[in-house]
Amino acid sequence: MTAALRAVVRRDLLLAWRRRSDVATAVLFFVIVVSLFPLAIGPEPNLLRAIAPGIIWVAALLACMLSLTRTFESDHADGTLDQMLLAATPLGMIVIARVLAHWVVSGLPLVILAPVLALQFDLEPDLLPLLVAALLLGTPVLSLVGAIGAALTLGLRGGGMLLALLVLPLYVPVLIIGAGALDAAAAGQSAHPHLLLLTALLVLAGAFAPWAISAALRISAE
Amino acid sequence: MLEVRALEATRGDVTLFRGLGFTLGPGALLRVTGANGSGKTSLLRALCGLLLPAAGEVRWKGENIRRLREEYWKHLAYIGHANALKDELTAEENLAVACALSGTAVPHSRIRAALEGFGLGERRRLPVRALSQGQRRRAALARLALCETLPLWILDEPFAALDAAAMRQVQSLVGAHLARGGMAVLTTHQEARIEAPSATDINLDRPS
Repeated sequence: MTAALRAVVRRDLLLAWRRRSDVATAVLFFVIVVSLFPLAIGPEPNLLRAIAPGIIWVAALLACMLSLTRTFESDHADGTLDQMLLAATPLGMIVIARVLAHWVVSGLPLVILAPVLALQFDLEPDLLPLLVAALLLGTPVLSLVGAIGAALTLGLRGGGMLLALLVLPLYVPVLIIGAGALDAAAAGQSAHPHLLLLTALLVLAGAFAPWAISAALRISAE
Repeated sequence: MLEVRALEATRGDVTLFRGLGFTLGPGALLRVTGANGSGKTSLLRALCGLLLPAAGEVRWKGENIRRLREEYWKHLAYIGHANALKDELTAEENLAVACALSGTAVPHSRIRAALEGFGLGERRRLPVRALSQGQRRRAALARLALCETLPLWILDEPFAALDAAAMRQVQSLVGAHLARGGMAVLTTHQEARIEAPSATDINLDRPS
Protein backbone atom coordinates (compact mmCIF):
# COMPACT_ATOMS: atom_id res chain seq x y z
CA MET A 1 0.00 0.00 0.00
CA THR A 2 2.77 2.45 0.88
CA ALA A 3 4.38 1.65 -2.48
CA ALA A 4 1.23 2.84 -4.23
CA LEU A 5 1.11 6.05 -2.17
CA ARG A 6 4.78 6.74 -2.84
CA ALA A 7 4.17 6.19 -6.54
CA VAL A 8 1.22 8.63 -6.51
CA VAL A 9 3.15 11.38 -4.69
CA ARG A 10 6.12 10.85 -6.97
CA ARG A 11 3.89 10.97 -10.04
CA ASP A 12 2.24 14.23 -8.98
CA LEU A 13 5.56 15.89 -8.16
CA LEU A 14 7.02 14.71 -11.45
CA LEU A 15 3.99 16.04 -13.32
CA ALA A 16 4.32 19.37 -11.51
CA TRP A 17 7.98 19.52 -12.48
CA ARG A 18 7.24 18.78 -16.13
CA ARG A 19 4.47 21.42 -16.11
CA ARG A 20 6.46 23.84 -14.00
CA SER A 21 5.12 26.87 -15.85
CA ASP A 22 1.67 26.06 -14.40
CA VAL A 23 3.09 25.92 -10.91
CA ALA A 24 5.04 29.13 -11.44
CA THR A 25 1.86 30.89 -12.59
CA ALA A 26 0.11 30.32 -9.27
CA VAL A 27 3.17 31.32 -7.23
CA LEU A 28 3.83 34.45 -9.32
CA PHE A 29 0.16 35.34 -9.02
CA PHE A 30 0.59 35.28 -5.24
CA VAL A 31 3.72 37.46 -5.42
CA ILE A 32 2.11 40.01 -7.74
CA VAL A 33 -1.20 40.30 -5.89
CA VAL A 34 0.60 40.87 -2.59
CA SER A 35 2.94 43.41 -4.19
CA LEU A 36 0.12 45.41 -5.78
CA PHE A 37 -1.20 46.66 -2.45
CA PRO A 38 1.87 48.61 -1.22
CA LEU A 39 2.05 50.18 -4.69
CA ALA A 40 -1.62 51.14 -4.66
CA ILE A 41 -1.80 52.39 -1.09
CA GLY A 42 1.49 54.25 -0.98
CA PRO A 43 4.21 54.50 1.65
CA GLU A 44 2.07 54.74 4.76
CA PRO A 45 3.90 52.41 7.22
CA ASN A 46 1.19 52.17 9.88
CA LEU A 47 -1.54 51.38 7.40
CA LEU A 48 0.62 48.85 5.54
CA ARG A 49 1.59 47.12 8.76
CA ALA A 50 -2.06 46.86 9.74
CA ILE A 51 -3.26 45.36 6.46
CA ALA A 52 -0.29 43.05 5.80
CA PRO A 53 -1.66 39.83 7.41
CA GLY A 54 -5.04 40.15 5.71
CA ILE A 55 -3.54 40.83 2.27
CA ILE A 56 -1.11 37.92 2.48
CA TRP A 57 -3.84 35.50 3.56
CA VAL A 58 -6.34 36.63 0.92
CA ALA A 59 -3.66 36.32 -1.78
CA ALA A 60 -2.79 32.83 -0.49
CA LEU A 61 -6.46 31.77 -0.72
CA LEU A 62 -6.73 33.03 -4.29
CA ALA A 63 -3.43 31.45 -5.37
CA CYS A 64 -4.58 28.15 -3.88
CA MET A 65 -7.87 28.37 -5.82
CA LEU A 66 -5.96 28.95 -9.03
CA SER A 67 -3.99 25.73 -8.72
CA LEU A 68 -6.97 23.66 -7.51
CA THR A 69 -9.02 23.59 -10.70
CA ARG A 70 -6.49 21.30 -12.34
CA THR A 71 -6.14 18.84 -9.45
CA PHE A 72 -8.47 16.15 -10.78
CA GLU A 73 -9.58 17.62 -14.10
CA SER A 74 -6.88 16.16 -16.35
CA ASP A 75 -6.97 12.79 -14.56
CA HIS A 76 -10.71 12.70 -15.16
CA ALA A 77 -10.25 13.49 -18.85
CA ASP A 78 -7.50 10.98 -19.65
CA GLY A 79 -8.86 8.05 -17.63
CA THR A 80 -6.20 7.92 -14.92
CA LEU A 81 -8.84 8.79 -12.34
CA ASP A 82 -10.68 5.53 -13.16
CA GLN A 83 -7.47 3.64 -12.42
CA MET A 84 -7.24 5.36 -9.03
CA LEU A 85 -10.88 4.53 -8.27
CA LEU A 86 -10.13 0.86 -9.09
CA ALA A 87 -6.82 0.73 -7.24
CA ALA A 88 -5.96 -1.98 -4.74
CA THR A 89 -5.22 0.81 -2.24
CA PRO A 90 -8.17 2.50 -0.50
CA LEU A 91 -9.17 5.66 -2.37
CA GLY A 92 -9.01 7.76 0.81
CA MET A 93 -5.29 7.04 1.12
CA ILE A 94 -4.65 7.90 -2.52
CA VAL A 95 -6.54 11.15 -2.02
CA ILE A 96 -4.33 12.02 0.97
CA ALA A 97 -1.25 11.41 -1.18
CA ARG A 98 -2.63 13.65 -3.92
CA VAL A 99 -3.51 16.47 -1.53
CA LEU A 100 -0.07 16.20 0.06
CA ALA A 101 1.54 16.56 -3.37
CA HIS A 102 -0.73 19.51 -4.16
CA TRP A 103 0.29 21.22 -0.95
CA VAL A 104 4.02 20.67 -1.54
CA VAL A 105 3.70 22.16 -5.02
CA SER A 106 1.33 25.06 -4.40
CA GLY A 107 1.11 25.62 -0.63
CA LEU A 108 4.69 25.30 0.53
CA PRO A 109 6.10 27.90 -1.91
CA LEU A 110 3.62 30.44 -0.51
CA VAL A 111 4.77 29.71 3.04
CA ILE A 112 8.39 30.22 2.01
CA LEU A 113 7.75 33.41 0.03
CA ALA A 114 5.42 35.09 2.54
CA PRO A 115 8.13 36.41 4.93
CA VAL A 116 9.98 37.99 2.00
CA LEU A 117 6.81 39.63 0.70
CA ALA A 118 5.95 40.79 4.23
CA LEU A 119 9.00 43.07 4.12
CA GLN A 120 7.18 45.27 1.62
CA PHE A 121 4.64 45.94 4.35
CA ASP A 122 7.29 46.73 6.95
CA LEU A 123 5.99 43.90 9.12
CA GLU A 124 7.92 43.56 12.41
CA PRO A 125 10.69 40.95 12.03
CA ASP A 126 9.53 39.32 15.30
CA LEU A 127 6.19 38.57 13.67
CA LEU A 128 7.64 36.73 10.68
CA PRO A 129 8.04 33.32 12.41
CA LEU A 130 4.42 33.58 13.49
CA LEU A 131 3.33 34.36 9.93
CA VAL A 132 5.19 31.29 8.68
CA ALA A 133 3.75 29.09 11.45
CA ALA A 134 0.19 30.22 10.76
CA LEU A 135 0.57 29.66 7.01
CA LEU A 136 2.21 26.29 7.62
CA LEU A 137 -0.87 25.18 9.56
CA GLY A 138 -3.43 26.95 7.38
CA THR A 139 -2.35 26.18 3.81
CA PRO A 140 -2.81 22.37 4.14
CA VAL A 141 -6.39 23.09 5.23
CA LEU A 142 -6.83 25.15 2.05
CA SER A 143 -5.58 22.22 -0.04
CA LEU A 144 -7.80 19.69 1.76
CA VAL A 145 -10.99 21.74 1.67
CA GLY A 146 -10.29 22.95 -1.85
CA ALA A 147 -9.88 19.39 -3.09
CA ILE A 148 -13.45 18.64 -1.93
CA GLY A 149 -14.66 21.47 -4.16
CA ALA A 150 -12.45 20.34 -7.03
CA ALA A 151 -13.87 16.81 -6.78
CA LEU A 152 -17.47 18.05 -6.59
CA THR A 153 -17.17 20.31 -9.64
CA LEU A 154 -15.37 17.66 -11.69
CA GLY A 155 -16.60 17.43 -15.27
CA LEU A 156 -18.98 20.38 -14.95
CA ARG A 157 -19.05 23.21 -17.45
CA GLY A 158 -17.70 26.41 -15.92
CA GLY A 159 -16.38 24.34 -13.06
CA GLY A 160 -13.63 26.85 -12.26
CA MET A 161 -16.02 29.67 -11.38
CA LEU A 162 -18.32 27.34 -9.46
CA LEU A 163 -15.33 26.02 -7.55
CA ALA A 164 -14.49 29.55 -6.39
CA LEU A 165 -18.06 30.16 -5.24
CA LEU A 166 -18.16 26.83 -3.45
CA VAL A 167 -14.78 26.86 -1.77
CA LEU A 168 -14.01 30.49 -0.91
CA PRO A 169 -16.77 30.70 1.74
CA LEU A 170 -15.39 27.53 3.31
CA TYR A 171 -11.98 29.21 3.53
CA VAL A 172 -13.35 32.00 5.73
CA PRO A 173 -12.57 30.37 9.12
CA VAL A 174 -8.95 29.79 8.08
CA LEU A 175 -8.72 33.37 6.83
CA ILE A 176 -10.12 34.88 10.03
CA ILE A 177 -8.04 32.78 12.40
CA GLY A 178 -4.87 32.93 10.30
CA ALA A 179 -4.89 36.69 9.84
CA GLY A 180 -6.10 37.11 13.42
CA ALA A 181 -2.98 35.40 14.76
CA LEU A 182 -0.78 38.22 13.49
CA ASP A 183 -3.18 40.95 14.55
CA ALA A 184 -3.23 39.54 18.06
CA ALA A 185 0.57 39.34 18.21
CA ALA A 186 0.92 42.87 16.82
CA ALA A 187 -1.40 44.09 19.57
CA GLY A 188 0.84 42.45 22.15
CA GLN A 189 -1.45 39.51 22.90
CA SER A 190 -0.61 35.85 22.67
CA ALA A 191 -1.20 34.22 19.27
CA HIS A 192 -1.32 30.79 20.85
CA PRO A 193 -5.10 30.35 20.75
CA HIS A 194 -5.11 31.15 17.02
CA LEU A 195 -2.41 28.60 16.28
CA LEU A 196 -4.25 25.99 18.32
CA LEU A 197 -7.48 26.72 16.45
CA LEU A 198 -5.65 26.40 13.13
CA THR A 199 -4.25 23.06 14.30
CA ALA A 200 -7.76 21.95 15.22
CA LEU A 201 -9.01 22.93 11.76
CA LEU A 202 -6.15 21.00 10.19
CA VAL A 203 -6.94 17.87 12.21
CA LEU A 204 -10.63 18.18 11.40
CA ALA A 205 -10.03 18.70 7.68
CA GLY A 206 -7.41 15.92 7.62
CA ALA A 207 -9.89 13.50 9.16
CA PHE A 208 -12.98 14.30 7.12
CA ALA A 209 -11.86 15.80 3.81
CA PRO A 210 -10.35 12.57 2.35
CA TRP A 211 -13.63 10.80 2.96
CA ALA A 212 -15.65 13.61 1.32
CA ILE A 213 -13.24 13.85 -1.63
CA SER A 214 -13.42 10.09 -2.23
CA ALA A 215 -17.22 10.12 -2.19
CA ALA A 216 -17.33 13.05 -4.61
CA LEU A 217 -14.85 11.36 -6.98
CA ARG A 218 -16.89 8.14 -7.02
CA ILE A 219 -20.02 10.10 -7.92
CA SER A 220 -18.21 11.91 -10.72
CA ALA A 221 -17.20 8.57 -12.31
CA GLU A 222 -20.79 7.33 -12.64
CA MET B 1 -15.58 -16.39 -10.49
CA LEU B 2 -17.63 -13.46 -11.74
CA GLU B 3 -21.41 -13.69 -11.62
CA VAL B 4 -23.82 -11.16 -13.03
CA ARG B 5 -27.48 -11.29 -12.12
CA ALA B 6 -30.37 -9.37 -13.68
CA LEU B 7 -28.16 -6.41 -14.45
CA GLU B 8 -29.83 -3.28 -15.75
CA ALA B 9 -28.29 0.03 -16.71
CA THR B 10 -29.88 3.27 -17.83
CA ARG B 11 -28.52 6.42 -19.37
CA GLY B 12 -30.90 9.28 -18.77
CA ASP B 13 -34.34 7.86 -19.61
CA VAL B 14 -33.02 5.19 -21.98
CA THR B 15 -32.61 1.65 -20.73
CA LEU B 16 -29.35 0.32 -22.21
CA PHE B 17 -29.82 -3.29 -21.18
CA ARG B 18 -32.05 -5.16 -18.78
CA GLY B 19 -32.04 -8.58 -17.15
CA LEU B 20 -28.49 -9.36 -18.18
CA GLY B 21 -27.02 -12.42 -16.50
CA PHE B 22 -23.96 -14.59 -17.02
CA THR B 23 -21.24 -16.39 -15.12
CA LEU B 24 -17.54 -16.37 -15.93
CA GLY B 25 -15.38 -19.14 -14.58
CA PRO B 26 -11.64 -19.76 -14.92
CA GLY B 27 -10.49 -19.63 -18.52
CA ALA B 28 -13.66 -17.97 -19.76
CA LEU B 29 -13.75 -15.19 -22.30
CA LEU B 30 -16.73 -12.90 -22.71
CA ARG B 31 -17.02 -10.86 -25.89
CA VAL B 32 -19.47 -7.97 -25.75
CA THR B 33 -20.67 -6.70 -29.09
CA GLY B 34 -23.23 -4.14 -30.10
CA ALA B 35 -23.72 -0.94 -32.06
CA ASN B 36 -22.28 2.37 -30.88
CA GLY B 37 -24.26 3.58 -27.91
CA SER B 38 -25.69 0.15 -27.13
CA GLY B 39 -24.16 0.21 -23.65
CA LYS B 40 -20.95 -1.80 -24.03
CA THR B 41 -18.84 0.66 -22.06
CA SER B 42 -21.59 1.05 -19.43
CA LEU B 43 -21.69 -2.72 -18.98
CA LEU B 44 -17.93 -2.86 -18.53
CA ARG B 45 -17.96 0.05 -16.07
CA ALA B 46 -20.75 -1.67 -14.12
CA LEU B 47 -18.67 -4.87 -14.03
CA CYS B 48 -15.75 -2.84 -12.64
CA GLY B 49 -17.93 -1.16 -10.05
CA LEU B 50 -17.43 2.32 -11.49
CA LEU B 51 -21.06 2.59 -12.52
CA LEU B 52 -23.91 1.87 -10.15
CA PRO B 53 -26.35 -0.41 -12.01
CA ALA B 54 -30.03 0.56 -11.99
CA ALA B 55 -30.87 -2.96 -10.89
CA GLY B 56 -29.19 -6.32 -10.40
CA GLU B 57 -25.78 -7.06 -9.01
CA VAL B 58 -22.28 -8.16 -9.88
CA ARG B 59 -20.73 -10.79 -7.63
CA TRP B 60 -17.13 -11.85 -7.28
CA LYS B 61 -16.63 -15.22 -5.61
CA GLY B 62 -20.19 -15.01 -4.31
CA GLU B 63 -20.00 -11.54 -2.80
CA ASN B 64 -21.39 -8.30 -4.18
CA ILE B 65 -18.54 -6.15 -5.52
CA ARG B 66 -20.11 -3.08 -3.89
CA ARG B 67 -19.26 -4.63 -0.53
CA LEU B 68 -15.90 -6.09 -1.54
CA ARG B 69 -14.48 -2.84 -3.00
CA GLU B 70 -10.65 -3.04 -2.75
CA GLU B 71 -10.89 -6.79 -2.14
CA TYR B 72 -12.38 -7.05 -5.63
CA TRP B 73 -10.30 -4.35 -7.31
CA LYS B 74 -7.02 -5.95 -6.37
CA HIS B 75 -8.00 -8.86 -8.62
CA LEU B 76 -9.01 -6.64 -11.52
CA ALA B 77 -7.20 -5.04 -14.44
CA TYR B 78 -9.33 -2.52 -16.32
CA ILE B 79 -8.19 -0.84 -19.50
CA GLY B 80 -10.80 1.65 -20.55
CA HIS B 81 -11.62 3.62 -23.63
CA ALA B 82 -9.20 6.31 -22.52
CA ASN B 83 -5.60 5.21 -22.30
CA ALA B 84 -5.03 6.46 -18.74
CA LEU B 85 -1.62 7.80 -19.70
CA LYS B 86 -0.27 11.17 -18.60
CA ASP B 87 1.05 13.13 -21.57
CA GLU B 88 3.99 14.55 -19.62
CA LEU B 89 5.25 11.20 -18.33
CA THR B 90 7.11 8.59 -20.34
CA ALA B 91 5.53 5.25 -21.19
CA GLU B 92 7.79 3.64 -18.60
CA GLU B 93 6.75 6.04 -15.82
CA ASN B 94 3.08 5.65 -16.72
CA LEU B 95 3.27 1.87 -16.50
CA ALA B 96 5.12 2.00 -13.18
CA VAL B 97 2.35 4.13 -11.65
CA ALA B 98 -0.38 1.90 -13.11
CA CYS B 99 1.28 -1.21 -11.66
CA ALA B 100 1.75 0.42 -8.26
CA LEU B 101 -1.94 1.36 -8.18
CA SER B 102 -3.09 -2.14 -9.02
CA GLY B 103 -0.86 -3.46 -6.25
CA THR B 104 1.45 -5.45 -8.49
CA ALA B 105 5.07 -4.63 -7.76
CA VAL B 106 7.05 -5.22 -10.93
CA PRO B 107 10.77 -4.70 -11.44
CA HIS B 108 11.92 -2.11 -13.93
CA SER B 109 13.29 -4.73 -16.31
CA ARG B 110 9.83 -6.24 -16.76
CA ILE B 111 8.31 -2.89 -17.66
CA ARG B 112 10.98 -2.46 -20.31
CA ALA B 113 10.36 -5.98 -21.63
CA ALA B 114 6.60 -5.32 -21.79
CA LEU B 115 7.15 -2.15 -23.82
CA GLU B 116 9.62 -3.94 -26.09
CA GLY B 117 6.96 -6.60 -26.68
CA PHE B 118 4.77 -3.86 -28.11
CA GLY B 119 7.54 -2.36 -30.21
CA LEU B 120 8.02 0.65 -27.95
CA GLY B 121 11.46 -0.31 -26.65
CA GLU B 122 13.18 2.69 -28.19
CA ARG B 123 10.40 5.11 -27.39
CA ARG B 124 9.95 4.13 -23.78
CA ARG B 125 11.75 7.26 -22.52
CA LEU B 126 9.75 9.69 -24.65
CA PRO B 127 6.90 11.62 -23.07
CA VAL B 128 3.62 10.03 -24.16
CA ARG B 129 2.74 13.35 -25.81
CA ALA B 130 5.30 12.53 -28.51
CA LEU B 131 3.70 9.18 -29.37
CA SER B 132 1.10 8.54 -32.05
CA GLN B 133 -2.45 7.45 -31.21
CA GLY B 134 -1.67 3.80 -31.96
CA GLN B 135 1.56 3.90 -29.97
CA ARG B 136 -0.30 5.33 -26.97
CA ARG B 137 -2.80 2.49 -27.17
CA ARG B 138 0.13 0.06 -27.32
CA ALA B 139 1.68 1.66 -24.23
CA ALA B 140 -1.63 1.36 -22.35
CA LEU B 141 -2.03 -2.29 -23.37
CA ALA B 142 1.57 -3.13 -22.46
CA ARG B 143 0.18 -3.20 -18.92
CA LEU B 144 -1.44 -6.53 -19.76
CA ALA B 145 2.00 -8.13 -19.95
CA LEU B 146 2.61 -6.98 -16.34
CA CYS B 147 -0.60 -8.02 -14.64
CA GLU B 148 -0.79 -11.75 -15.21
CA THR B 149 -1.29 -12.16 -11.45
CA LEU B 150 -4.67 -10.40 -11.69
CA PRO B 151 -7.32 -13.00 -12.55
CA LEU B 152 -9.92 -10.71 -14.17
CA TRP B 153 -9.20 -8.50 -17.16
CA ILE B 154 -11.80 -6.04 -18.42
CA LEU B 155 -10.82 -4.43 -21.70
CA ASP B 156 -12.81 -1.74 -23.48
CA GLU B 157 -12.09 -1.74 -27.22
CA PRO B 158 -8.54 -3.04 -26.84
CA PHE B 159 -8.01 -3.25 -30.60
CA ALA B 160 -9.04 0.30 -31.48
CA ALA B 161 -6.21 2.18 -33.25
CA LEU B 162 -3.95 -0.90 -33.21
CA ASP B 163 -2.17 -2.32 -36.27
CA ALA B 164 -2.11 -6.02 -37.12
CA ALA B 165 1.12 -6.78 -35.22
CA ALA B 166 -0.06 -5.13 -32.00
CA MET B 167 -3.44 -6.82 -32.33
CA ARG B 168 -1.72 -10.20 -32.51
CA GLN B 169 0.33 -9.33 -29.45
CA VAL B 170 -2.82 -8.44 -27.44
CA GLN B 171 -4.59 -11.58 -28.67
CA SER B 172 -1.72 -13.79 -27.59
CA LEU B 173 -1.50 -12.07 -24.18
CA VAL B 174 -5.24 -12.56 -23.60
CA GLY B 175 -4.97 -16.14 -24.89
CA ALA B 176 -2.12 -16.91 -22.48
CA HIS B 177 -4.08 -15.29 -19.65
CA LEU B 178 -7.10 -17.52 -20.34
CA ALA B 179 -4.91 -20.60 -20.65
CA ARG B 180 -3.53 -19.81 -17.17
CA GLY B 181 -7.10 -19.89 -15.86
CA GLY B 182 -7.76 -16.15 -15.95
CA MET B 183 -10.97 -14.47 -17.06
CA ALA B 184 -11.41 -11.74 -19.61
CA VAL B 185 -14.23 -9.49 -20.73
CA LEU B 186 -13.74 -7.38 -23.82
CA THR B 187 -15.67 -5.28 -26.27
CA THR B 188 -14.62 -5.12 -29.86
CA HIS B 189 -15.79 -4.28 -33.35
CA GLN B 190 -12.99 -6.24 -34.97
CA GLU B 191 -13.02 -9.93 -35.61
CA ALA B 192 -10.59 -11.01 -32.90
CA ARG B 193 -9.15 -14.51 -32.88
CA ILE B 194 -8.39 -15.48 -29.31
CA GLU B 195 -7.74 -19.03 -28.19
CA ALA B 196 -10.13 -19.51 -25.29
CA PRO B 197 -11.08 -22.66 -23.33
CA SER B 198 -14.63 -21.29 -23.23
CA ALA B 199 -15.98 -18.24 -24.99
CA THR B 200 -19.34 -16.53 -24.71
CA ASP B 201 -20.77 -13.70 -26.79
CA ILE B 202 -23.22 -11.11 -25.67
CA ASN B 203 -24.84 -8.86 -28.21
CA LEU B 204 -26.43 -5.83 -26.61
CA ASP B 205 -28.47 -5.05 -29.72
CA ARG B 206 -30.54 -8.21 -29.29
CA PRO B 207 -30.94 -8.71 -25.57
CA SER B 208 -31.44 -12.36 -24.70
